[in-house]
Amino acid sequence: MAGTIRAKAAIAGDVTTVQVLIHHPMDSGFVKDAAGKVVPAHFIETLVFSHSGKTLFAANWGPAVSKDPYLKFQYKGGAKGDVIDIAWKDNEGQTDKSTVTVS
Amino acid sequence: MDMIETLEPKPGADRRAMMKGALALGVLGPAFAATAARAAEPAYPAAAFAAKDVDAALTALFGAKPAASDKITLDAPEIAENGAVVPVTASTTLDGVTAIAFVVAENPFKLASYYELPAGVLPTVSNRLKMQRTTQVMAVFKTAGGLFSASREVKVTIGGCGG
Repeated sequence: MAGTIRAKAAIAGDVTTVQVLIHHPMDSGFVKDAAGKVVPAHFIETLVFSHSGKTLFAANWGPAVSKDPYLKFQYKGGAKGDVIDIAWKDNEGQTDKSTVTVS
Repeated sequence: MDMIETLEPKPGADRRAMMKGALALGVLGPAFAATAARAAEPAYPAAAFAAKDVDAALTALFGAKPAASDKITLDAPEIAENGAVVPVTASTTLDGVTAIAFVVAENPFKLASYYELPAGVLPTVSNRLKMQRTTQVMAVFKTAGGLFSASREVKVTIGGCGG
């Protein structure tokens, strides 16, 4: 899956705020489709933010995270121009990655 | 894993039998899927996410139970019109936070999300969670000084887990 990640990272003072929105169904495995058939669980399990190979933040998700998940976190020690690597992996083994530059 | 295969469409299969199977397996399927994924992603706390009991989830995740703390701010709507998308933010003035977990007490699987915070990350996280019905939501902070939590109720008018 490509192009699923939209991210924003901005620094104010010494605090960098990162926001990400991912396009993903996050199916819980409890919902039935129009034909009454259960839609199998399909959700992102891990989402990792890193900079120069060092993990900045790691999210572990279950099926209770909403469809097209949103996440916001903040960290100290960032700098303007830093490139943050973002990568997710779901329970079906699908992945996507992207980068965002701190502005 | 033939249990999960039964969820796949089978041309010509008797639809009623298929629905019956799907209903019975709907509860078990995600648990098996989560367990299967553990091998590929060792860091993912699959056992905690598969827990159907709040204490079991927290024990699997942290090995202990949290103590209530008034230094945690849990921000969630009092009434959520749509349980499929409930914005929840947690933050704290506690020092040395290394992990944050969100638990939704009335969901089939109690643990909703779990965040690991390396040094330098501020102890505040915003995310959006599904809630099946009116429920207690709990944020658990793992700190150098122990486990702390705060809870609040969110009234859900339309559930977010199907049905």
